[in-house]
Amino acid sequence: MSATFMGMPAFPEAARAATGDAQLRHNLRKATRTIRDKRAAVVEELDDWAGLRAAGAAIKNRTLRHLDTYLERLEEAVTAAGGTVHWAADAAEANAVVTDLVRATGHDEVVKVKSMATQEIELNEALAEAGITAYETDLAELIVQLGDDTPSHILVPAIHRNRSEIREIFRAKMAEWGVPAPDGLTDDPRALAEAARTHLREKFLTTRVAVSGANFAVADTGTMVVLESEGNGRMCLTLPETLISVVGIEKIVPTWADLEVFLQLLPRSSTGERMNPYTSTWTGVTPGDGPQEFHLVLLDNGRTDTLADQVGRQALRCIRCSACLNICPVYERTGGHAYGSVYPGPIGAILTPQLRGTASEIDASLPYASSLCGACYEVCPVAIDIPEVLVHLRERVTEGGGHAAERTAMAAAGWVLEDRRRLTLAQRAAAKARGLVPRRLPGPGAAWTDTRDVPDIPAESFRDQWRRRESGAPGRNERKKRGGRR
Amino acid sequence: MRIALFITCVNDTLFPRTGWAVVRLLERLGHEVVFPEAQTCCGQMHYNTGYRREAQRLAVGFVRTFADADVVLAPSGSCAGMVRDNYPRLGEPGSRLEAAVAEVAPRVLDLSELLVDVLEVTDVGAYFPHTVTYHPTCHGLRLLRLGDRPQRLLRAVRGLELVELEGAAECCGFGGTFAVKNAAVSAAMGSDKARHVAHTGAEVLCAVDNSCLMHIGGTLSRQRAGVQVLHLAEILASTEEEPASP
Repeated sequence: MSATFMGMPAFPEAARAATGDAQLRHNLRKATRTIRDKRAAVVEELDDWAGLRAAGAAIKNRTLRHLDTYLERLEEAVTAAGGTVHWAADAAEANAVVTDLVRATGHDEVVKVKSMATQEIELNEALAEAGITAYETDLAELIVQLGDDTPSHILVPAIHRNRSEIREIFRAKMAEWGVPAPDGLTDDPRALAEAARTHLREKFLTTRVAVSGANFAVADTGTMVVLESEGNGRMCLTLPETLISVVGIEKIVPTWADLEVFLQLLPRSSTGERMNPYTSTWTGVTPGDGPQEFHLVLLDNGRTDTLADQVGRQALRCIRCSACLNICPVYERTGGHAYGSVYPGPIGAILTPQLRGTASEIDASLPYASSLCGACYEVCPVAIDIPEVLVHLRERVTEGGGHAAERTAMAAAGWVLEDRRRLTLAQRAAAKARGLVPRRLPGPGAAWTDTRDVPDIPAESFRDQWRRRESGAPGRNERKKRGGRR
Repeated sequence: MRIALFITCVNDTLFPRTGWAVVRLLERLGHEVVFPEAQTCCGQMHYNTGYRREAQRLAVGFVRTFADADVVLAPSGSCAGMVRDNYPRLGEPGSRLEAAVAEVAPRVLDLSELLVDVLEVTDVGAYFPHTVTYHPTCHGLRLLRLGDRPQRLLRAVRGLELVELEGAAECCGFGGTFAVKNAAVSAAMGSDKARHVAHTGAEVLCAVDNSCLMHIGGTLSRQRAGVQVLHLAEILASTEEEPASP
């Protein structure tokens, strides 16, 4: 049996390193528990949460079923409002569209509203290659960008950093990107926020092109909607001359009335707030007010394929709230980087392998990055049955070849378990060998015995004891046989 | 009542004493326990790891074995959850398996459901003079929605003191093959769970799943925490004449 039996090393290896990082685990535990408790408290306040959740899921399902219709309606509405719609089949196409649009403005700098879609297509890197500098304006994204880091949480990209780490990043890096950090910067949250504000203010006032994503796109009116906590996004959405929004095709809601549901579900699930601090909406262009040029890049990048999968398509209902990350015991101990994708946590474990496929080692390991405890499903505001999709994707991995040794072992186990006679023989063989079980097991068993004691194997299985009792055969009184210690 | 026991492959092989505790308890309450010997395994490990065809074959065996049972008792929350929650996903639409699952699955119960809902008893006449803390287990909590049934049963046990477990609803990190595939995370979750258990000061950790108890108990034992683990059935079967030893 090979050492990688049962194993797809990518996530497990990254996770092993993360679980060994005491500072990281401390930062993560503190942050996820704080948001988790806040969310639980505000959700508890509502007596119709279950109904809202069902409504959110139903609206998303209906929209996804008729996505073609709503996409066309959206394009018509955006165009009628003076915007331009671009269609991008994949990341390369989307990046090319945005790069060309920025080049056409004659500028080589853009300010960015925090956006998962642009992270997903690695837009900043593509722009950099074209000689265009992208400035992240969300506080946490700024920390990540200055730290030459990658986000590790959907909502709180710098969740893995604490205050003193952030101060160090600001002091070392702000000057390279613009206004430097003030002398004597402390790790007081107010001082850190003020340093970021001063640094960013210059970008807002001088940059003429902005790039955003959108939380929702209203098909009826062609309106984009962004929810944020800091107001930095609003600066980007109103001050520049040109606004380019990159939006996944699944972000559509048919009407403004549908928004009502999500404007309740999202803040409570994500930041644990009753209402969102900054909700910005923009529709095409308005002469003399806000950006005078608006481009909407509608991004597919694997979404149509995901839509075609009857079990997996529910992942497209996701509104990127992060509730599943904050509740997940696996995420809490590994952080987001272990998932090797812009979408970490339980939703990342089902979304990423669907968007990217399961060919690579990391993508094939993601569906197994869960104990299937079900906490993610319980908190999901649009009721995505994440465990169901995880198992479904595991089936895809095993059908695609999976791991030869595991496959053989599973087939053998299946053969034994399928038949009571074979099972009985196997149990008797195990009972005979019970004295031979070492304290530390070799091979894949070592993963167990490194930190846990193995239970003793009883001398006789239940079925053998039962048979003896039924046949009235003499023997030791099974009631006094208590199987030994665990 | 005539109750068919689905012992589960893990209990059958490693924890037969849980099976006998169930038998003792139910017979004490005046019921008949039968053990259909053709039974083997519910297929949870195969299903959860992505081996659907193997799981389907085991599901076919299960529904055939228990087709005639009025009530099937599974002293394992995750196995009962597998049958009730996941079997309906295993049969193709219109298949014989799908029809058989629809017949059998709703009759598969966890011990606390059988006692509280069907037999309508919470005081089973047990005696267990020890401090106990209860780990609800993910499948008991979220698939079966056992609620406070197990705690109600435990509170009615004479001599037993039930103490709260911090972070009770959090997964212990076992997760079947997860414990092997993602050993580091599983161990980290297990050690946090064991720490919370040790903090309660209880003598005994109780649950409805021996797999979780094997994982948490193995961790407690390695840490020499001095806390024993016992399946709910063993505590409920315990009497002054035949006490369960913690």
